[in-house]
Order: sequence, then C-alpha cells, then structure tokens
Amino acid sequence: MSKQTKTLNLNFGPQHPAAHGVLRLILELNGEVVEKADPHIGLLHRGTEKLIENKTYAQAVPYFDRLDYVAPMNQEHAFALAIEKILSIEVPIRAQFIRVMFCEIGRILSHILNITTQALDVGALTPSLWGFEERETLMTFYERVSGSRLHANYFRAGGVHQDLPRGLEADIFDFTKKFPKIIDDLENLLTENRIFKQRNVDIGIVSKQDALDYSFSGVMLRGSSVPWDLRKSQPYDCYDQLDFKIPIGKNGDCYDRYLCRIEEMRESVKIIDQCLQRMPKGPIKSMDGKISPPPKKELKESMEALIHHFKLFTEGYRVDKDEIYTAVEAPKGEFGVYLISDGSSRPYKCKIRAPGFSHLQAMDYLIKGHMLADVPAVLGSLDIVFGEIDR
Amino acid sequence: MEDLISLEKKINSELTTKVNSSKIKHGQIYLTIDSTDIIDVILFLKTNQQTKFKQLIDITAVDYPENDQRFKIVYLLLSHEFNTRIIIQFGISEGEKIPSLTKIYPSANWMEREVFDMYGVNFQDHPDLRRILTDYGFEGHPLRKDFPITGHNEVRYSEEAKKVIYEPVKLEQNYRNFDYESPWEGTKYIKNQTKK
Repeated sequence: MSKQTKTLNLNFGPQHPAAHGVLRLILELNGEVVEKADPHIGLLHRGTEKLIENKTYAQAVPYFDRLDYVAPMNQEHAFALAIEKILSIEVPIRAQFIRVMFCEIGRILSHILNITTQALDVGALTPSLWGFEERETLMTFYERVSGSRLHANYFRAGGVHQDLPRGLEADIFDFTKKFPKIIDDLENLLTENRIFKQRNVDIGIVSKQDALDYSFSGVMLRGSSVPWDLRKSQPYDCYDQLDFKIPIGKNGDCYDRYLCRIEEMRESVKIIDQCLQRMPKGPIKSMDGKISPPPKKELKESMEALIHHFKLFTEGYRVDKDEIYTAVEAPKGEFGVYLISDGSSRPYKCKIRAPGFSHLQAMDYLIKGHMLADVPAVLGSLDIVFGEIDR
Repeated sequence: MEDLISLEKKINSELTTKVNSSKIKHGQIYLTIDSTDIIDVILFLKTNQQTKFKQLIDITAVDYPENDQRFKIVYLLLSHEFNTRIIIQFGISEGEKIPSLTKIYPSANWMEREVFDMYGVNFQDHPDLRRILTDYGFEGHPLRKDFPITGHNEVRYSEEAKKVIYEPVKLEQNYRNFDYESPWEGTKYIKNQTKK
C-alpha cells in the first residue's frame, strides 16, 4: 500500500526576520522539500518612479537613498551620472574621488550587512554584533559629510554637495588601516566554520548560463565565474585610474558568493586608500552656475548668484530632450537608471533598474528541490533589500 | 566607438527592413522597430555570434497620452562579450498585445508583469501575467500619466470595524503643481486667461 502524500502550502512572511524585509513567500512543500516558491513583492512599494516624474532633478535625488537603503550613495551615483551624460558636464577630479570613495564605503556597508545577516540566518550571532559596530563607524562618515547617517542626499549632477569636513580624511584613513583586521576576524568566525560551510556549500548553485538568463549581476554573476564588473568593463568617474581586482567565484553556490563579498570588501578598502592618497585639492562640483548653486557667501554680494540660486531652487535646472541608460556597479549588482528628459526641469520618465528585482525573481528556480531550512540561506546570499525591489 | 559603428551596420544589414531607424548615442545603440518583429530581432541579437546580447537588463514602457501610439515599449540588452548595450523600442497603441519574451529570457517574466501592472500593457503567451508591485485588488495603472500622483484609495485601521479599511483619498490640501517656468512672463494659467 502506498502512502498518500499531499503538498503543504506555507506562507513565509510578510514579517519574518529571515526574509530581510517585507517579503511574502508562498512555498509549496512536500515534506520538508520545497517544490515551488512564489514570492509576492510590492509590500514596500512607494511609487518612487511616479514621484520622481513630478519632482525636479534635484528633488529626485533623495528618493534614490530610499531604494537600497544600506548603500544609499551608490544609487545617487547612477542618477547623477545619467544627468551628467545628457548635459555633458565635466565633474571636477576631486569630486570624482570623493564619490568613488563614498561608493566604496557604501559597498562595505552593504557587504557587512549581508555577510553578517546571512551568518545570522544560518545560526551565527557574533558576526553581526562585530560587523554592525563597523557599520556604525562608516555611517558616522556618511553623517559627517552629508549630515545624515543613511539618507545622505549628497551626490549632485556635476559633483557632490559639499567638501569633506576637516579631519574626515584622516579618520577614514585610520579606518582603512584597522578594517582589514576586522575582516580577518569575521573570516575566522565564518570561512572555515563547520556549520557555516554545511549550510552554504553547494546550496543554491547557479550555473553560468542561468546566471545570464536570469539577468543576474554583481556578486550573483561573479559567484558563477562570469568575470564582469562595471567598474572595470564600463568604468565611470575615476575607476579607470584605480588599481583593484575583481574576485570571481567558482561553483556559484552561497558559499562562493560569501567569499566574493569578503574579497570585495578587501578590494574596497584598497580603493578607499588610493582615493585618499590621490585626491587633489580643488572644486567639488561643477562651476557651471546653471547647474550648481552658488556658494552661500556670494549670495550676499552678487545679483547674478542670487538669481541663479533662486532659479535653481524653484524651477531647477533644465535637462535637454534625450534618453539614456546609465548603470553603476552597486554592491548588489547592476543598478541602472533609464532616464527620459523632455527639456523641462522634471524627468519625463525615470525607470530604475534594481539588481535585487531579477535576483529575487529566480527564487523559484534556486530553491526548487532544496529543504525548507535552506530558504533563509539562499535568500540571505541573494542579498535582497526591499527598498530597491519594490521601489 | 568604431566597434559600435560596425556593429550598428551589421545589425542593419542583417535585419534590413525590420529596423526602422538606428542611431548611436552615449555609447549605446538605439534601435526602433515594429512591435510585430520583436521576437525575431531579439532572437537574432541573442544568438548571432557577432552580437551575443545574452542578457536582458530591463523592460519598461513610456506613456505618451497625446500620441496615437500611446505607449513606447523599451528593451535594454547587454552583451558581456562585446561590452555593448542596445536599447530597442517600438510604439503600440492602447489595448494592443505584444509578444512575451519569457521563452527567450526567463527573467522577462517579472519585468513584463511590472509593465503590465504599471501601464496596463498586455503580453501574449505570458505564463503568469498578474500584478506584481501594487496591492492585492488594486485598480488602475499607476505610471500612466493620467493616474493621479495621490492615487484613488487610502487605507487606515478602523477602530469600529476592527480591521484595515480602504477609503477614497481625502486630501486636507489639494496637490499643488507650481509652474516655475519663466515666471518673468507670467505663469501659463494667467496667459491662458488673458488670451480669452
């Protein structure tokens, strides 16, 4: 006599600590084996793209902080680059170095969060306690330069909002000296850890072909041994002047992706270090008065500066009729902005291409045939943040 | 840049009549085609040895309510091998169905669902065309230009009903859309009034 079995539907989320946000995952289980996963997203949908269409270009920047809120400045970068390309604005070299430096700080912020919460999901608490202390340090750098720990609103088309405050460079330099030791500590806890390896090695394997078919980017693609990083292949700002390596995975499983992220943090530290050493003195935003607001001091004396200030903060600058797609290598993958301008001071259309969207889409393919306990491990290594997926 | 020009020539000579226009700008190729040719064009770009656009980056739509062909559908492709990006676009009118790419790129699934959700564009042969980002039971297509930025419904927890309820949006103050363009000559609405 054969045993009667039936599949069980399990509702994972929308509020689940291992779902990394508001994800509702409807799982079809056969015993403990997942047969189908249907992610329901959109619980954090705020209509960012619609809002941006109704705001001036300068007012749209803060919305980018709220997408992937663990690495805010990387997103602003994509938007700033899109406007700069349309208007062909030259970005001063100091501003380029500042932007790249803060993008790499963002990458470390994001990778620490991901690695440590992935460890947390598979049962290790200590890494998150150690890692979050470093995140706090990095966020004070954000705060000192922009006034805000998370929602920086710091990058502008043509540069950055303000110069680094006194003493910040020295403190970031200090950090780059201390941080490699912290990465070593994290690795001591995880890399050869028996439980961590049992939970991650050979889990959620992505083949090279599937990584391409499912529009993977960033670590998800590199973990499956595709040597592709926009910082190298389509360099923006001053990345082409910097010396860094791109770590590539071999097996495309959760463990390889973890290793890639660890190595990327080490490379990021190197980049920050180079930025600090090579950063010249000079202007930090475009000197074009039609795009960057004049310094506060001039407002009191110069009529022209006053007019520019008034026009920039009411109407905003106009962007010529054009359409463009620009992408940056955000910590999670290729973050792109497809911008259509119509000659007015507001974007006609701004489509945001979030890497996490395509990564989460592959959830069904990744988890099929795995155990229920592997769901958090795979979700963790996808590195999803709902701010950017739901937009 | 030279690679791009030769690639553009190659695409034009292979696809001939299927390409309505093409241009190179910002280091990317822009192709305009007809909606009926999309499968052929994409298949060619993906499989040809000299193009190899193996990755679909995104699908989106743009709404031009004043045009006969109301929506412009945009496909962004990336070729890792040749390090090039291509933007393919075509116009469709409201209610027109377009072929789904899910068989060619599995990742098109959610992207097409998003376009359907946000613009109400229908895809033929899509395995699972549901709404994706908006609420369960949502009505309307938010990214259309005629959809109000405030939306139609708002939710709150009702103490009487002991549950979350939906109500029409009530605004304490109307949404104000200031016209800052060229204030020296007077705003548009004053100009319109004086004309009458």
